[in-house]
Amino acid sequence: MGPVAGGRRPPVRIFRWVALSVFSVLLAFPFVWMAITSFKQTSDLYDVENNPFLFNEMPTLEHVELLLGETLFPRWLLNTAFAGTMVVLITLLLAVPAAYALARLTGRWGERLGIAIFLTYLIPPTLLFIPMSRVVSILGLQDSLWSIIVVYPTFTIPFSIWLLMAFFKSIPSELEDAAMVDGLTRFQAFLRLVIPISFSGILTVVIFTFTLVTQEFVYALTFISSASNQTIGVGVPIYLVRGDVYYWGSLMAACLIASLPIAVFYNLFLDRFIAGFTVGAVK
Amino acid sequence: MGLRRDAGRLGAAMFAPALLYIVALVGTPLVLAFLYSVGNVKVGSVGYEFVGLDNFISVLQSPTFRGALLHSFLFTVGAQLIVIISANILALALVDRFRGRGLVRFFILLPWVAPISLGAIGWKWILDSIYSVINWVLVQLHLVEPFDAPMWLGEGALAMLSVIMVHAWRMLPFSTVILLAGLTAIPKDIPEAAAVDGAGFWRTHFQITIPMMTPIINVAVLFGVVFTFTDMTVVYILTRGGPYNSTQVLPSLAFFTGILGGDLAEGAAISVFLVPILVVIAWLMLRLARRAEVV
Repeated sequence: MGPVAGGRRPPVRIFRWVALSVFSVLLAFPFVWMAITSFKQTSDLYDVENNPFLFNEMPTLEHVELLLGETLFPRWLLNTAFAGTMVVLITLLLAVPAAYALARLTGRWGERLGIAIFLTYLIPPTLLFIPMSRVVSILGLQDSLWSIIVVYPTFTIPFSIWLLMAFFKSIPSELEDAAMVDGLTRFQAFLRLVIPISFSGILTVVIFTFTLVTQEFVYALTFISSASNQTIGVGVPIYLVRGDVYYWGSLMAACLIASLPIAVFYNLFLDRFIAGFTVGAVK
Repeated sequence: MGLRRDAGRLGAAMFAPALLYIVALVGTPLVLAFLYSVGNVKVGSVGYEFVGLDNFISVLQSPTFRGALLHSFLFTVGAQLIVIISANILALALVDRFRGRGLVRFFILLPWVAPISLGAIGWKWILDSIYSVINWVLVQLHLVEPFDAPMWLGEGALAMLSVIMVHAWRMLPFSTVILLAGLTAIPKDIPEAAAVDGAGFWRTHFQITIPMMTPIINVAVLFGVVFTFTDMTVVYILTRGGPYNSTQVLPSLAFFTGILGGDLAEGAAISVFLVPILVVIAWLMLRLARRAEVV
């Protein structure tokens, strides 16, 4: 029997079935709608007499072709991948040693510093973006992809330190103690032993950081003003619309193509990501 | 003893780069945000002149700002109410294993794991003034007349309702998964014992399970409030704060004033109004964390 008493009784099963159907439809519908819209002919899309759920005319790839061939969409994908990779590298370089230091080396202070670091994750971009735009222009990075590469680690590092700190604490410290008896320095033990066995924790940080880069909107909108330097999250909703004309077919294809891979990856690592938020409250 | 000091030194060396980065790129702009809010700074201006509370007085006198303040609370409370009630139901429905659970979970998680700006554009199409699929269904069901279909993003109250619903749509998976983690952590024998004692499903749920989940529900609500109160993506994409500022919230107004309008000082002053809420939330989180340590 499951944790909910009476989990197999008919009323409970009906409740579950109804709740899951209703919410699955409500939550997934926009993505289904993107898929339907992406493959419809323009004349079909804009005929209000047509049943919008059906393909009243032959499905078409014209929107996808337009998107991939005549827009900056492929460029935005590349920009996002590049920015994501750089942010991941910066985050790992700074967060992995810092988390290890807080977990092992700083004693009582580690916990407090860890919480302080976590609280900086709560400082939102919408509080910082105005002065940050000045900082970005002082650094000479305005309208460059590098502006977000420099700024995004401000929110990926705190959360990554927090996640990795818990991860390192779960490794028994006898591991390094034994290695140090064998003549390694602590830093060598960290590099050669701790990092390899922390692979899954580090992978979580990589995925988490990369998806956050793809999801960020406010900073990219604020710092980058040329369409060709944009990321997918701002490029599609802002620059794929020309004037007041919405190319809904291509727009929806863009949303779908960009969302699905990110969603699949994120989904695989979600439990660990959530564990980062609930440390302490779930035991 | 020497070993311990070495460890401390190594610890400081390993922690310092991250700390410096955060101080430079979070600390500096945070201090600047407060300085701007009590200064006279425009795009292109070089000097800085202290003006005290002038910016705050000026924004407080603006009806647009007072509207945005009200909308921000409405947006946050509305979206979080919907989210927390729905998340309780969903978590309960998802907690037992059943065939296809992984797939259902993927569907339910989509709004959170896909980039929000793209999800919001999907909704903009669903809520379109002419081609809204919702309106098509309503017309087919004879609930509305074709010429009189609701303008979801074109009328003040409806637009507010729309941005609240879309944000709730986005946040629901996040809260659901947090609550699910809490539900799974409840020792199975407690609700089972209650069932053996004759307590029904709902009674067990409301009198035993929900009280045991209070800390985790608090976590979900606190993060939900932060992510809602400080968000401008949904509003910016769906309505740009319109029609006639009827969906303007503090973050979007700060963006329009400070970034697009170039009035850095007034924009910063608007953003600073987010701080009291964030401080309260940080304090509540620290309390939660401390209590979890003691227990």
